[in-house]
Amino acid sequence: MTVFEVKEGISLALTAVRTHKMRSFLTVLGVLIGVASVIGMVSIITGLNNSMAEQIESLGSNVIYISQYEMVHFGGLSAEERRRKDITAEHAEAIGEYCPSVGAVSPENHYWARGGNQVKYKDNKANRPAVVGVWPDYEIVNNCFAVEGRFFTEGNINFRATVTILGNDVKEALFPNLDPIGKQVRINGKKFTVVGVMEKKPKFLGESQDNYVLIPLSTYKRTYPEDKALTLLARPVSPELTDKAIDEITQLLRRMRGVPYDKPDDFAISTQEDLMDMYKRITGAIYLVMVVISSIGLLVGGVGVMNIMLVSVTERTREIGIRKAVGARKRNILWQFLIEAMTLSGSGGLLGIVIGLLLGEFVGAVTPLAAGVSVFWIILGFSFSVSVGLVFGIYPAYRAARLDPIVSLRYE
Amino acid sequence: MLIRTQDLWKIYEMGREKVNALREVSLEIEKGEYAAIMGPSGSGKSTLMNLIGCLDTPTKGDYYLNDKLVSQMNDDELARIRNKEIGFVFQTFNLLARATAAHNVELPLVYNGTESEVRKRKAREALKMVDLEDRATHKPNELSGGERQRVALARALVNNPALILADEPTGNLDTKTGHEIMNIFKKLHRQGNTLIIVTHEHDIATYADRIIYIRDGAIEKEERKKN
Ligand SMILES: Nc1ncnc2c1ncn2[C@@H]1O[C@H](COP(=O)(O)OP(=O)(O)OP(=O)(O)O)[C@@H](O)[C@H]1O
Ligand SMILES: [Mg+2]
Repeated sequence: MTVFEVKEGISLALTAVRTHKMRSFLTVLGVLIGVASVIGMVSIITGLNNSMAEQIESLGSNVIYISQYEMVHFGGLSAEERRRKDITAEHAEAIGEYCPSVGAVSPENHYWARGGNQVKYKDNKANRPAVVGVWPDYEIVNNCFAVEGRFFTEGNINFRATVTILGNDVKEALFPNLDPIGKQVRINGKKFTVVGVMEKKPKFLGESQDNYVLIPLSTYKRTYPEDKALTLLARPVSPELTDKAIDEITQLLRRMRGVPYDKPDDFAISTQEDLMDMYKRITGAIYLVMVVISSIGLLVGGVGVMNIMLVSVTERTREIGIRKAVGARKRNILWQFLIEAMTLSGSGGLLGIVIGLLLGEFVGAVTPLAAGVSVFWIILGFSFSVSVGLVFGIYPAYRAARLDPIVSLRYE
Repeated sequence: MLIRTQDLWKIYEMGREKVNALREVSLEIEKGEYAAIMGPSGSGKSTLMNLIGCLDTPTKGDYYLNDKLVSQMNDDELARIRNKEIGFVFQTFNLLARATAAHNVELPLVYNGTESEVRKRKAREALKMVDLEDRATHKPNELSGGERQRVALARALVNNPALILADEPTGNLDTKTGHEIMNIFKKLHRQGNTLIIVTHEHDIATYADRIIYIRDGAIEKEERKKN
């Protein structure tokens, strides 16, 4: 097969596609849908991934979460889970004291008032921010620092000071053009003095991550005594020590919580990596759906291509006879029809790529996802569509190649 | 000897019935000869031409082209012979409907890997031989019957074949156009080409130097022009 034959084959095929526009379009509709769904879904997942990666970076990759239950939970709680004791500040203190690989630890508790938390300064109201009780190590553990004023001191904790640090959204809502430091705000009716403002965090899935106020955990406990379940966040001394730190924490908590040696942990420890794994499992399921849809599309498209190629072979029996009469060999005819089938399904693939990209653009425009698709997927989608032509074109092309010159020349 | 056939048989089996399209045809044609094959309808002329043109293989017997035993060759070898050694002209022209005259003429060159530039030049030359340079970009349905047959002729000779075969080349043309085509054949013969044509018409057959008469699949008699 020469380069010329390939070029000639493609140009012949394109002529055929152009002369039978509607027929060709319907034929490759399946291929188009298959490829478009791959490109569209991949670009949406890529968008999710990008937002996710931003979030992970903002938290730092080596934060260890310690909680009463798994962070992502499928189904209801089991009997064992319902019996679990709370995670408490004592646990956090012990981890800080007895786990040498842990560099910093901070318990967190989030308060959700019915109807949303009320945070006010004079007539200005924040938009129902989260109220979070924390320790001074919050800054280090979350890799997020106070940019105005200062963070809480040990003294603030010990004296259950009514001080607060504002997330950037709350600052902007309450103090659009005032220095907030030293001002009195009301959090769910209680007076707090603003001592600092936190730096802005990147948005996650288009949601601002800055709509919160921090208060000392001790103050939190006194203000909301009914809410006891803590989440602990710990940061190892160095990233390589993450596994060791997890080990130390596990041993310590089992001892403190009196878990018998033959029973599983009655708490959950997870890292950003674990969350990432979870996330990947979810996107994996989406990929699976995508693969199914596109396989069906490609299969339907393939059958369409095969059908139309068989029609084409019959319609062009005489042409095949002529070509054979002037010296075309079997393989010349075979390739001519294979190239035609591949061009047909490949153009369906190209259309599918364009539509898939537009779909991704659309999703990117109407949602906060930074949807986008890498060249890899475009090439893969195109190769798949071409392969469909190759696979489903073989039988018709073989039929064409096998035709007897005399019989086909006589064909009316 | 360019062509030598020895006891060629072509038998078509139609269910239980057998049709002896050719029976013991032995024939020799030399390089540079101009032969006509005549005979009643159904006598086996086309069958013989298709065998000589390597479009078909005999049921029995040997066929040597240029001293090579063609009757034993496989499909690809036959395709090569059709491409290199033979130019075939059909009664119904058999041009690619969607291709231009020039492209039709180029077709045999496509299948022997001739470069694009060379192909274009050779196609132009071949069209010039049949006086059709100015119709190079026309499609078959934009040409008259005579012009179509001239394009087919140009295609037959573009590869400089050892042998040009024509099965009733004037069958679909009026008398005047038919004679125009025959004059081109005459020119080709003068340039040293070997020609075999099949015809019903005695007028046409007399252009040839030698007339072979076939009846019921067998050679009945031969006439040679005296000069
Ligand atoms: N594919 C075939 N199957 C069966 N019989 C065939 C086939 N091709 C030709 N024949 C028979 O072989 C005989 C010779 O046919 P052929 O086409 O060679 O005749 P011809 O001399 O060219 O006739 P015409 O002048 O009408 O073209 C005829 O009887 C025909 O019916
Ligand atoms: Mg005939």
